[in-house]
Amino acid sequence: MINANRKSLKQYLNSTKVVPYLFVAPFIISFFLVYLYPFISTIQMSFQRIAGFGDVTFIGLENYQRLWNEHFGNALSTTAQYTLWTILILVPLPIILAVILNSKTTKFKNLFRSAFFIPALTSVIVAGIFFRFAFGEQATTLANMIIGAVGLKPITWLQLKVPAMFTLVTLCTWRWLGVNIVYFLSGLQGIPDELYEAAEIDGANAWDKFRRITVPNLKPVIIYVTTISIYGGFSMFAESYAIWKTATPGDIGMTMVLYLYQQAFNNFDMGFASAIGITLVFIVMAVSLIQLKLFGFFKKDSD
Amino acid sequence: MKNEEILTRKLMQGKGKTPGPKRGVTILSFLVLTLFAIFTLAPFYFMLVSSFKPGSEMFRNGITFQLQPEKMTLKNYIGLYSGQGVVYLLWFKNSILITVIQTTVAVILSAMVGYGLAVYQFKGRNLIFIAVLVVMMVPIEILILPLYQLTISLRIIDTFAGAILPYAVPPVAIFFFRQFAVGLPKELIDSGRIDGCSEFGIFFKLMTPIMKPAFGAMVILQAMGSWNGFVWPIIALRSSEKLTLPIGLASLMTPYGNNYDMLMAGAVVSVIPIVIIYLFNQKSFISGLTVGAIKG
Repeated sequence: MINANRKSLKQYLNSTKVVPYLFVAPFIISFFLVYLYPFISTIQMSFQRIAGFGDVTFIGLENYQRLWNEHFGNALSTTAQYTLWTILILVPLPIILAVILNSKTTKFKNLFRSAFFIPALTSVIVAGIFFRFAFGEQATTLANMIIGAVGLKPITWLQLKVPAMFTLVTLCTWRWLGVNIVYFLSGLQGIPDELYEAAEIDGANAWDKFRRITVPNLKPVIIYVTTISIYGGFSMFAESYAIWKTATPGDIGMTMVLYLYQQAFNNFDMGFASAIGITLVFIVMAVSLIQLKLFGFFKKDSD
Repeated sequence: MKNEEILTRKLMQGKGKTPGPKRGVTILSFLVLTLFAIFTLAPFYFMLVSSFKPGSEMFRNGITFQLQPEKMTLKNYIGLYSGQGVVYLLWFKNSILITVIQTTVAVILSAMVGYGLAVYQFKGRNLIFIAVLVVMMVPIEILILPLYQLTISLRIIDTFAGAILPYAVPPVAIFFFRQFAVGLPKELIDSGRIDGCSEFGIFFKLMTPIMKPAFGAMVILQAMGSWNGFVWPIIALRSSEKLTLPIGLASLMTPYGNNYDMLMAGAVVSVIPIVIIYLFNQKSFISGLTVGAIKG
């Protein structure tokens, strides 16, 4: 009797009605446990003052009102500038390099592609260690020697706003250039040769072909790269942490997630940190929606 | 047609008609590529050189152009495996353990989910797939606070389980496996059923061998993410003997410069395994990283 029950249970679990849910169960569990519950819990915490375990008071919008301060303003402005610069550099530059790599006359393609890609294998910390000491304030560092060669005086790179941003954007370019090149190369390989041949017959020059064929056909990849750059840029944390830890002089290198981390784990102000996190989610969503709208993403395949 | 074109082009080159500007462009593009290759590779050279110099040297002068062979020594590398370096060996071991466990769990679970979404028709399938796509876009950084509290209440804070939990079923990998599994031969599934295989049996015995390229790409993507992971592990792992390499290295960067002997050599050693794996599996790296890029 028990045996028969067991058998029918086995059959039941193996039926095509039940088995699909067993396959997708890991995702459903992780969706609720790792994404949905934490997200709802963050919203809830952002309305609370949390002084310790169990010591929780509802304080309405107070945490959000407290966001109106100098540090949050600095974090927001640094993060937005960083995101903007990474997009302005890490979209056009990899496109140009990918076009060059994709050209039939280019030699040593694979070698160059590998060379560009290798920085992506390093952790942010390893990259951070290098950039922290290559852009050090001493006159002997790589960065100061290079600007010295064109007659400029040594700079304290990591303690001034503009040079610090330059360092961060250079670090990001170094790590992501090769990855974006690979994205654009895969996009370029999807463009049929006939388009270029037809354009050649019509007497188009290289610039015309780039503007009228290459760029429009790369649009899906451009949208993708811009979107991940927005997500990556606004959630930037480790790069700053690797260079300044959590104590940045005059908020240089202060980013939204670093501010969140600082408030949560140095000041133990969980409620306020949650408000930072929720605000960040909305900003990122708004920015990427605007971006998708600008690219005409929602017009949906009209052409 | 094509051959003729190439032939005429060759003939024209022979006559020296167009090659002038064409060759100029070729040389220019070669120079541009070389310039950027120097930009991406030079840091490795300088890291390697500095890793042989005493830490006090880097603390005083930063990373410099000077080679200073007279100051170079193997002491930093030897130090990683003796004395104070015991802790470095621990971090290395932790990193390997976490990478292996996380990659194995993540790849098996996400392959199951991706396969389930691709092969079966069932209620809620589209809803689940949309959830995968939405979650794919959520940076985990934003959820670190409640995840931290969750790991505390599950009593897995400062354990490897806690460090792995958020990445156990990565949505990117689900998406990748789903796209791959859509193209699997349905006849094979049917013949498996006729032979009396269970549905899981069909997946593990018949399908996983065909999905090998997808597994290759995802193993590499997950292993790389795990080996270099920073934002979550720094919160989930607290005690010094549990740290992974990136967090351990970050903890060496104190303002006093007393650990700098280990810092650069440790960084170099941490990069080597992944570079070696990359050099032998470039294709898998690239297909793993370009997930989702094509269809945007």
